[in-house]
Amino acid sequence: MSQAEMTAGSVRGRTVRAKAASFLQRQGALVALVAVAVFAFARYERFLTEENLTNVLRQNSMLGLVALGMTFVILTGGIDLSVGSLVAVAGVVAAGLADRGILAAVAAGVGVATALGLVNGLVIAKARIQPFIVTLAMMIAARGVALVYTGEKTLSVPAGAQAFRELGRGRVDLGAFSAPYPVLILLAAYALGWFVLNYTRFGRHTYALGDSEEAARLMGLNVGRVTVGVYTLSGALAGLAGVLLASRLGTGQPVAAVGWELDAIAAVVVGGTLLTGGQGGVGSTLVGMLLLALIFNIFNLEGWISPWWQLVLRGVILLAVVVVQNRLSRRK
Amino acid sequence: MNDEPLLRMEGIRKVFSGVVALDGVDFRLERGEVHALVGENGAGKSTLIKIMTGAYRRDGGRVLLEGREVNFRSPEEAQGEGVVAVYQEVNLLAFRTVAENIFLGREPRRLGFIDWGRMNAAAGAILDRLGLDIDPRAPLGSLNIALRQMVAIARGVSSGAKVVVLDEPTSSLTEHEVSILYDVIRRLKAEGVGVVYISHRFDELYTVCDRVTILRDGRFVAARPLAGLEKIDLVCLMLGKQRDELQRGGATAFGERQGAGTEGATPLLRAENLTRGRRLDHVTVEAGRGEIVGMAGLLGSGRTETARAIFGADPVEEGRVLLEGKPLAVNSPNDAIDAGLAFLTEDRKAEGIIPELSVRENLTLAALPEMSRFGVVSRARQDEVVERFMKRLGIKASSADQKIRELSGGNQQKVLLARWLCKNPRFLILDEPTRGIDVGAKGEIQSLINEQAASGLGVLMISSELEELVEGCCRVVVMRDGRCAAELRGADISQENIIHAMAEGSAGEVMSDE
Repeated sequence: MSQAEMTAGSVRGRTVRAKAASFLQRQGALVALVAVAVFAFARYERFLTEENLTNVLRQNSMLGLVALGMTFVILTGGIDLSVGSLVAVAGVVAAGLADRGILAAVAAGVGVATALGLVNGLVIAKARIQPFIVTLAMMIAARGVALVYTGEKTLSVPAGAQAFRELGRGRVDLGAFSAPYPVLILLAAYALGWFVLNYTRFGRHTYALGDSEEAARLMGLNVGRVTVGVYTLSGALAGLAGVLLASRLGTGQPVAAVGWELDAIAAVVVGGTLLTGGQGGVGSTLVGMLLLALIFNIFNLEGWISPWWQLVLRGVILLAVVVVQNRLSRRK
Repeated sequence: MNDEPLLRMEGIRKVFSGVVALDGVDFRLERGEVHALVGENGAGKSTLIKIMTGAYRRDGGRVLLEGREVNFRSPEEAQGEGVVAVYQEVNLLAFRTVAENIFLGREPRRLGFIDWGRMNAAAGAILDRLGLDIDPRAPLGSLNIALRQMVAIARGVSSGAKVVVLDEPTSSLTEHEVSILYDVIRRLKAEGVGVVYISHRFDELYTVCDRVTILRDGRFVAARPLAGLEKIDLVCLMLGKQRDELQRGGATAFGERQGAGTEGATPLLRAENLTRGRRLDHVTVEAGRGEIVGMAGLLGSGRTETARAIFGADPVEEGRVLLEGKPLAVNSPNDAIDAGLAFLTEDRKAEGIIPELSVRENLTLAALPEMSRFGVVSRARQDEVVERFMKRLGIKASSADQKIRELSGGNQQKVLLARWLCKNPRFLILDEPTRGIDVGAKGEIQSLINEQAASGLGVLMISSELEELVEGCCRVVVMRDGRCAAELRGADISQENIIHAMAEGSAGEVMSDE
């Protein structure tokens, strides 16, 4: 064998190993998801029913949208702590405008959250302040905006705003089963998100930014535009989640979605996306979100675990999943 | 018009806050030429390169690319015009694929969406053109540094580079990887690309370069064809010295002290049968008081591994280390330091200096326990030690409070040497002590090593500079594939014998083969 061939061979060998390692790291969550699903299927009769499964999906669809936006942000190596507050702002704005028609309500809710996300992105990109601080400030301020807007009260969606109420509660009949609108929106958003990440410049540059911002800059990529883009997108998706939440609850609550930013980060990280950015994806987040959702579902099906103990267990499970993933990825 | 070179820089001037870094420097690069740029530290090589590639703006002079005056405001702009720099620390994305690293920012698209098939095919074509067998779909992180560098070159070539600047491209490559690089350079040359090549290694310059431009203290000294230019003359031009002045002392500052061996006596340090997997195979080395024992070998031959094993940085499966005939229980570098060993590592930046700390702090880092009482550092004792060593080693810094990153490579190395010396070691292990240091500072480091040996320390010196081994050492152990291939003494120590041993085993075997 010539030297050149040997080099080529060893390069391919390394590639295969690296692929296997990153596959394990990424699919670790999927393996866990399958295991948990099989466990639940074996233990609870009610688990594999259309009602239970669509409920799980619907309950998590808003958080899922937030986690989708968070995935983009975390892929760049950033973080968005403001999403929970943006959900609330979008929710109260949409509920407040529900009597003007579904279009106005949705556009205003999503629009306000998008604009606030844009502010996040502009400050981070132009003033070069750490995302943690910028979005923390937005998290506090936006919550205040929601409270000011409603005068600390809960806004009810008027009974006449039928179309708007349908958005979060209605279903589409798909023959064999019927799917709630929020679940369809969630799946469509993830499919679109996957496409954007893999087939657009914006998506690829999102990855590049998290891989090495300095290198991305030296390659002549427009780092600022990508940064502004991901925070705006995160705001928009939080806005969409807020609108759906308001529609489903029939109210706009200024204290809704407290702590969602952390649940979203948990879903992203459990899925296998690196907090430092550059590696992971939309599929990973979907798996991570479903894994956490199923665990929560099992708690409910079990019935006897108190909500406080559920919190303790969720924390422990989150840590365990991340530790195992970390071990796997270090095998590289 | 036909006379017009690919790139012409005339009277380039650059001033940094009042200090003139470049003063009227000329540079001419032809199409299909590999042009070496040499000079000691402070000569202005990197400043010139940065102006060439748009990282700095010039303060005076003209730059003409293909006869057209250009004025790059940023590296992106220079890249757009076909002037590309490939740096030592490769600026690419580890998680992305090779193809993406080549095309990011210029991805082939269809209907606005990335066309992966076309991107991978185009990347494959470019890699083929450069004679590289790399899978475009592989994540960059799965490639070694050499191949990553090739990908960086491929990125430049794919964007239609006319001028490729290679800054110390071989500093972290193995011999085989270097040959891949040479092959790529030859292909670039054949395509009419101009290559600017910066390196400290003369043998490389003579292997790949056509012409050389020499800078000194921010000024243009000469531009010559390399063929016919003797190495010694090149050194003279770099140092600004006359040839007869140099030849007396040889190319290094070790002088004549090869006979200081202590044959027969118990060696100060003896490492016996060090074995660790396939990296080390029964390696035995010894050095007496006052001896400088050299260790030669290609990259990966087990030189650094031997040093790390002696120092307790890596565990060994077999073998032991004796200090003055007594076995040492060395399980960690701490044990080795306590026993009086010191190890100056090869990679100054990663394993040595702490860039943001001052000279004082860097120098006394290892000795702080001895200068402290109840955990509080005595500033007076620290100052005393720092002052003594800065003077003794001739460390050039504006003050002990200057940040070490602002010092030249040579002075950084002196600080690291001082860090060990102020612990009063009995035995020094030096891994490439003069790598990446300019010629003048090299000499100073070499005489410092000599002084240490003269004062009774034992020294084991790993070096890739054959002159350094030949002139500085009383014995040279040549490593090959994790084994001691030969041990040369006295008159047998010559560059030729070392090279033979590195390649084929001992000099004797070679002769019997032929």
